[in-house]
Amino acid sequence: MSGRLSLYRFSSPAAFYPLAGTIGKIAALIAVVLLAIGLYMSFFVAPTDYKQGEGYRIIFIHVPSAWMSMFIYLVMAFWAGIGLVFNTRLSSMMAQALAPTGAIMTFIALWTGAFWGKPMWGAWWVWDARLTSELILFFLYIGFIALQGSIDDTRRADRAGAVLLLVGVVNIPIIYFSVKWWNTLHQGATVSVTEGSSMGTIMLQTMLIMTFAFWAYSIAVAMYRVRSIILEREKDTRWVSELPEVRR
Amino acid sequence: MKGGLSEFFAMGGYALYVWGSFGATALLMIAEPLLVRQRRKAALQRISRLVRIKSEQQS
Repeated sequence: MSGRLSLYRFSSPAAFYPLAGTIGKIAALIAVVLLAIGLYMSFFVAPTDYKQGEGYRIIFIHVPSAWMSMFIYLVMAFWAGIGLVFNTRLSSMMAQALAPTGAIMTFIALWTGAFWGKPMWGAWWVWDARLTSELILFFLYIGFIALQGSIDDTRRADRAGAVLLLVGVVNIPIIYFSVKWWNTLHQGATVSVTEGSSMGTIMLQTMLIMTFAFWAYSIAVAMYRVRSIILEREKDTRWVSELPEVRR
Repeated sequence: MKGGLSEFFAMGGYALYVWGSFGATALLMIAEPLLVRQRRKAALQRISRLVRIKSEQQS
């Protein structure tokens, strides 16, 4: 009972604000440590690929960012859906806080994909199912940010954004399974839940460390951003005006 | 690391692609936290002003 109560307590922005600060700090620390280890392994521990030489090292940011781009979208859609159904203010703020980070992860996935495609396929870009659906994901993020920014009434902006996000969820399985459903230039899944991994152990470990690093980074940035969003939206409340960081 | 620094940066001929990828990613992952900090500063400034105006109105 008390566990339920304390969980509900944190759905109030005033209670979540300090918690977000603590989570953000821990996540930032983890991100820095894992990024340092992951980058070191990416360049000095992971061996040269027998087929792609040193060029394959792009995988260590390409795959983590592509995974994060999809995962952040799902988390956003989840929070937006909760906000839509239960009218909880904080869940809509969480969705809003994740959007720029998701857009950046998608951009990184597309950018590093282009820089990997050029030497290996001979083209920066091809209109193939995987690439196109990932580009659509980028537009969904941008569309969500633009839509929320264009509506002055916060509640209506949250609702409109949530609907857009929930409709766009269709795109996620399309991205994920595109390499199976269509003939494509993009290689198949390197790591699969059902078939395990097709890469070397050290390469896989490096990629997973980088994935956790990107994960921690995203949590940290989103937590710090949600604190600003809480401040902006609750600026007229008493608890905000009594915060120690507000100068009088 | 037998060939030293220049070989490392050459990335076996893939320098443009590897550094183009890692460089852009680094740039974004440094810029984003800075923007987030900027946003927090701006929000706190606005609230401080709001609080000051309110207290002046009361006195």
